[in-house]
Amino acid sequence: MIKTDILIIGAGPTGLFAVFEAGLLKLKCHLIDALPQPGGQLAELYPKKPIYDIPGFPEILAGDLVKNLMKQIEPFQPEFTLGERAETIEKQEDGSFIVTSTSGLKHQAPVVAIAGGLGSFEPRKPLIPNIQQFEDKGVAYFIRNPEVYRDKKVVIAGGGDSALDWSIFLSDIAAEVTLVHRRNEFRGALDSVEKVQELKKLGKITLITPAEVVGLSGINQLEAVILQKADASEECIEADAFIPLFGLSPKLGPIADWGLEIEKNAIKVDNTLDYQTNIPGIYAIGDVNTYPGKLKLILCGFHEATLMCQSAYQRIHPDKRYVMKYTTVGGVHGFDGSIKEAPKAVVKSID
Amino acid sequence: MTDVTITITDREGVSHTIPAPTDMNMNLMEIVRSYELAPEGTIGICGGMAMCASCQCYIESNHQLPEKGDEEEAMLSEAFFVQENSRLGCQIHITPHLDGLKVTLAPEE
Repeated sequence: MIKTDILIIGAGPTGLFAVFEAGLLKLKCHLIDALPQPGGQLAELYPKKPIYDIPGFPEILAGDLVKNLMKQIEPFQPEFTLGERAETIEKQEDGSFIVTSTSGLKHQAPVVAIAGGLGSFEPRKPLIPNIQQFEDKGVAYFIRNPEVYRDKKVVIAGGGDSALDWSIFLSDIAAEVTLVHRRNEFRGALDSVEKVQELKKLGKITLITPAEVVGLSGINQLEAVILQKADASEECIEADAFIPLFGLSPKLGPIADWGLEIEKNAIKVDNTLDYQTNIPGIYAIGDVNTYPGKLKLILCGFHEATLMCQSAYQRIHPDKRYVMKYTTVGGVHGFDGSIKEAPKAVVKSID
Repeated sequence: MTDVTITITDREGVSHTIPAPTDMNMNLMEIVRSYELAPEGTIGICGGMAMCASCQCYIESNHQLPEKGDEEEAMLSEAFFVQENSRLGCQIHITPHLDGLKVTLAPEE
């Protein structure tokens, strides 16, 4: 069981900044995120794109903003459960919550802050009627252990980096790799495209374009995929595995069933005070929440995270009095013993 | 201020003829959102970066639209329900010559 003061669901910019504001109040944070790295959309969707409305930064790349936030919160030693989705929440008798993530890992905290953005990123599944029937029976939407495909006949679909990179990687392991894409053009790093081209010439990858996988067949296990080509003709090819790699799309997911008030695919919160949801002790901050006049901006998420932490502090320490202190005055006292403070002014008389 | 008139058929099949401003730096996806013709969270998910296909629509009038950029082309090559006349609404800038444009929103993925 992981125990912390504030359990943050979502390690995007809002969740990361909440760690800083909580740290100033001596509250520890643990973050859960479905993606394998912190940063949320910024790291997953557009790390190389600039953002122009972060106060004090005329221009900053999304990836650099994440890097800076990680640096800023480092003294407060946040802990992460990455690559796992928050699945269930249970309220305990003492008022705390236990959140269980995908692997069954339990996290206990008196305060839960949902900073889930657009939701957790899930693979986009192609619209093949019987695809669900073959999930884990030959169909996989991401590759956890490439060894599973040793000496197998693998069909990969998609036109982006992950389809290219996995085709290259598996060409050394699998018996056959077939890459199917709806266009002749691939969107990926130039050297990946060239490498696939080369492996195609060597006969290590079979490229079928433009074509689309439209059907799957097999008795218990996947045995073949049915391709449709541009001229509408169909072809059936033998396959032990089918791996569609069409990127990720965000889904609100299990959070939608936690008993929270949902409006317009977002969680309703009290914006007159502290961004608390209808369940006391559970807050929602950043893009995942909604209230009259809501704007889904990173800078608004930072503000919401800050007010949430003040309320969380009072909830955790109902008897303590506290007044907000400027970091310029109070400095930053890390849990790791590090101290950052403004240099003292020198008082010296001039003769 | 100059407006053009655009007809948008929503995902329920209801047609809406609406004025759209040409001087607000808006795109078709944002017009749909501003009139709430599709529920929030089901359109424009990536914010207009051509990184999701939630604003896919079918162009049903004969307007000459600007060519698809590489990012739009790539996204549409991986989107579902794609047809010959598919475009991403977020990549269609509202300009005076779009007056009378007719589009239908693609189904939600």
